[in-house]
Amino acid sequence: MKKKIIAAIIAVILIALVPLFVLKNAEFGGADDAAGTMVEEVNSEYTPWETPILEKILGREIPSEVESLFFCIQTGIGVGIIAFIMGRLVERKKWTK
Amino acid sequence: MSKKKLVLRIISVFAVFLSITPTASAMHIMEGYLPAGYCIAWGILCIPFFFYGLKSIKEKLNAHRNLITLLAMSGAFIFVISSLKIPSVTGSCSHMTGTGLGAILFGATSVSILGLIVLLFQAILLAHGGLTTLGANTFSMAIAGPFVCYRIYKLLSRLNVNKKTSIFIAACLGDLFTYCITALQLAIAHHADTGFLNAFSKFLIIFAPTQIPLAIIEGIITVIIIIGLENYAAPELKEIGYLREAK
Repeated sequence: MKKKIIAAIIAVILIALVPLFVLKNAEFGGADDAAGTMVEEVNSEYTPWETPILEKILGREIPSEVESLFFCIQTGIGVGIIAFIMGRLVERKKWTK
Repeated sequence: MSKKKLVLRIISVFAVFLSITPTASAMHIMEGYLPAGYCIAWGILCIPFFFYGLKSIKEKLNAHRNLITLLAMSGAFIFVISSLKIPSVTGSCSHMTGTGLGAILFGATSVSILGLIVLLFQAILLAHGGLTTLGANTFSMAIAGPFVCYRIYKLLSRLNVNKKTSIFIAACLGDLFTYCITALQLAIAHHADTGFLNAFSKFLIIFAPTQIPLAIIEGIITVIIIIGLENYAAPELKEIGYLREAK
């Protein structure tokens, strides 16, 4: 079982990283631009009628470093909760044996 | 020998994908990109699911107080998984949904609440998705995806498919379906110049190929975390009814 799990984790890492090394010219654009561009293409008269709330407050686009900070916070919150609960569960099993 | 062949084959598949699909990123519908009427309509469509979701969470927590750990875990799982933007074979990035775990453990309606929290966080702080498109994004990520996931999981368990296989397939297809719904939502609102079907296929081409490898990753991760829970959280899984048939 342990071997299978390790193999699965390696597979996940490979699927995630191989495109990065194989596709040398790709942009890996992170912005949500593509769908927006497509909207213009299929419905040329449409203009977005609202901008994200934080951008409205700031009056400009969120600086990309700050955006990555928020993404890290999101990941951090999630990982923290999972690690805390998993740790508790592992210890519990150890002590109830 | 055969491994080399496999690598070659994988690389050629990448090349094919690269040549036919435009560089794109697949995510939630951006702020302001749906007309107001559609925003309201999708929002209203979500409300009954929130209602049943809250009710079902309440009932489960009232019956077994300690299930809160599993619920927190499912929510945290969505937080982590949906924050990771991963490069895909199409030369663009997308992220997974992570809703499969919650759907399999708690049922689809409960996940609508968990997904809503995540989407609110992203819409307010990350300018990712949006408050006006919250209804539409919630419907695709936190309702439609989990429902498909849950149904497929139940169907496969009834057909006596191996548990891990059915979790993998269910989480995978739930993730993919989320983005098919996003494409559908965009096409319903935006098809003035090209007609509905044409627009739908265009949006689908942006979303689906990028999402396929990520859906596979999501399937694998969901299986791994469920194996972990089976090992360490057996009492909770029994209370929730997940481990009833197993053993």
